[in-house]
Amino acid sequence: MSNIQKAFQNGKAFIAFLTCGDPDLGTTAAAVRAAVAGGADLIELGIPFSDPTAEGPVIQGANLRALQGGVTTDQVFGLVWELRRDVSIPLVFMTYANVVFSYGSERFIANCREVGIDGLILPDVPYEEKEEFLPLCRQYGVDLISLIAPTSQNRIAMIAREAEGFLYIVSSLGVTGARKEITTDLASIVKVVRQNTQIPCAIGFGISTPQQAGEMAALADGAIVGSALVQLLEQYGKDAPAHIGAYVREMKAAMG
Amino acid sequence: MTNPKGRFGVHGGQYIPETLMNAVIELEEAYSFYKEDPQFNQELTTLLNEYAGRPSRLYFAQKLTRELGGAKIYLKREDLNHTGAHKINNVLGQALLAKKMGKTRLIAETGAGQHGVATATAAALMDMECVVFMGEEDTIRQALNVYRMRLLGATVIPVKTGTATLKDACSAAFREWTNRISDTHYCLGSVMGPHPFPTIVRDFQAVISREIKAQMLEKEGRLPDAVIACVGGGSNAIGSFYHFIDEPGVRLIGCEAAGRGVDTFETAATIATGRLGIFHGMKSYFCQDAYGQIAPVYSISAGLDYPGVGPEHAYLHDIGRAEYVPVTDEEAVCAFEYLSRTEGIIPAIESAHAVAYAQKLAPTLSRDQIIVITISGRGDKDCAAIARYRGEDLHE
Repeated sequence: MSNIQKAFQNGKAFIAFLTCGDPDLGTTAAAVRAAVAGGADLIELGIPFSDPTAEGPVIQGANLRALQGGVTTDQVFGLVWELRRDVSIPLVFMTYANVVFSYGSERFIANCREVGIDGLILPDVPYEEKEEFLPLCRQYGVDLISLIAPTSQNRIAMIAREAEGFLYIVSSLGVTGARKEITTDLASIVKVVRQNTQIPCAIGFGISTPQQAGEMAALADGAIVGSALVQLLEQYGKDAPAHIGAYVREMKAAMG
Repeated sequence: MTNPKGRFGVHGGQYIPETLMNAVIELEEAYSFYKEDPQFNQELTTLLNEYAGRPSRLYFAQKLTRELGGAKIYLKREDLNHTGAHKINNVLGQALLAKKMGKTRLIAETGAGQHGVATATAAALMDMECVVFMGEEDTIRQALNVYRMRLLGATVIPVKTGTATLKDACSAAFREWTNRISDTHYCLGSVMGPHPFPTIVRDFQAVISREIKAQMLEKEGRLPDAVIACVGGGSNAIGSFYHFIDEPGVRLIGCEAAGRGVDTFETAATIATGRLGIFHGMKSYFCQDAYGQIAPVYSISAGLDYPGVGPEHAYLHDIGRAEYVPVTDEEAVCAFEYLSRTEGIIPAIESAHAVAYAQKLAPTLSRDQIIVITISGRGDKDCAAIARYRGEDLHE
């Protein structure tokens, strides 16, 4: 069983996304620990990329601030190594194909295993291109997380059947960022997912309020929140971890 | 590979968000159908000939030939097309295809503004809505083209993220496409991005080499010894090369923008200075740092100011079929001035990169050899910037 499954054994999973190095790696570490204390079940650690094409303005800004602060992939591996002294919940990386490829895919994925990363989310690697990284992920026991979008339609079954770790269901068209309402027929998507796989699924993109988290938790096995957390970091900087802890607690409570 | 389609050697592919996968699959299916459809091809040929002014002339540059004292030089005059550049060839094809697919809205990225103007033009002609993304830096450098696009009825959105140039405009257009797919076609301007774009754009630009071949056989009774074109993403170059790829006697030479030199950080010469990477939907060569962060590239030419190169060029480089050479700002500006004075033809600063390399190559060849230079666009848009480069206080 994948370590990621543990995230789904404590009721509905609250999954937090943070961009590493925004505003600095020390704050990222404190934010991760605050999220864990607040009840987060899995953390997605974003490795900054210069041109994050799947991100809305909030996370784009975080990527830019982190890179301007000089954060590198090696330093992010160091951060995870340090976090693993006391953080035991599943951790996954979310980044872009070129960050992995340019580092040397095997070296990158071997390092993931070494420092204790359980999975990898690459939003610019669809089903058709997963062979680029999948054999190495299998070799080193790192789950390559698949995404399903509102436009996936006839592709949902194909993707779900081969999914590993958990399935990331993208709630809406467009890029990451808070939305007032989510109009996609997610129940229909989840139904097809359930028919084709046993692994859990979580919904992300656009979720920021406890009410939305509750609604998504009712539909799926978990909710993923990124931009709302990154917004707290943008607003409070080094003082953000306390706010993040309180926010995660509120969101997790709303998910029943 | 799971899906070997759209690969040129190791290059190409479809590295895009899942949200866009069905859109590119739908595009590929529609294109496979319409490219064989006689009525589609008839309509496109009529548009290219009657509206865009094709075929473009293959002009024997007698004075240039005499002055350089070597090979005979012909200029493929894409600058004479409607809207002043080769970009219209691709745009008319994609807009017609989008229309057949039932799309009512075109979005596009643009650097210098040539592709944006061409897209706005086709949208006006075909009654489609048009939104063009342009780096904020470029909207300032190319203010006149922003006005032209608005005059044609397009909305121009200045992109403020990242380096606020072509790559960011491209990222913004991809983001917009993931946001609105059902009525929108992303009219990509170069032989880049995810499959099937590099193939579609190449096929629509291949009219350039098809014409060169026929015109050359008519004028000289033989094929040229070399074809030279500038390369940013590489659409005019692949269009100029395509029908000669299987003619080993024809040298294919792509001229990259070296900016202030390939030994500086202020360059956009991807094949000379880049590494294999994955970005904007494709595997190819990219200017990037040790951690894969895409480099902020530089060239005097806004149209070549892109950190990657189309996957088919990367492949032609790998197998040694085409040569890629860097040309600096200074060399390109000198060629811009030289062609203007010698032949009375003001080339786009992008095309001037190809002219600059031809100036070096021609004298090394014999008088019975033939070079074709593709003049991809006209240089009116560049006059103010070149004047400023030469120290004149000229603003549009």
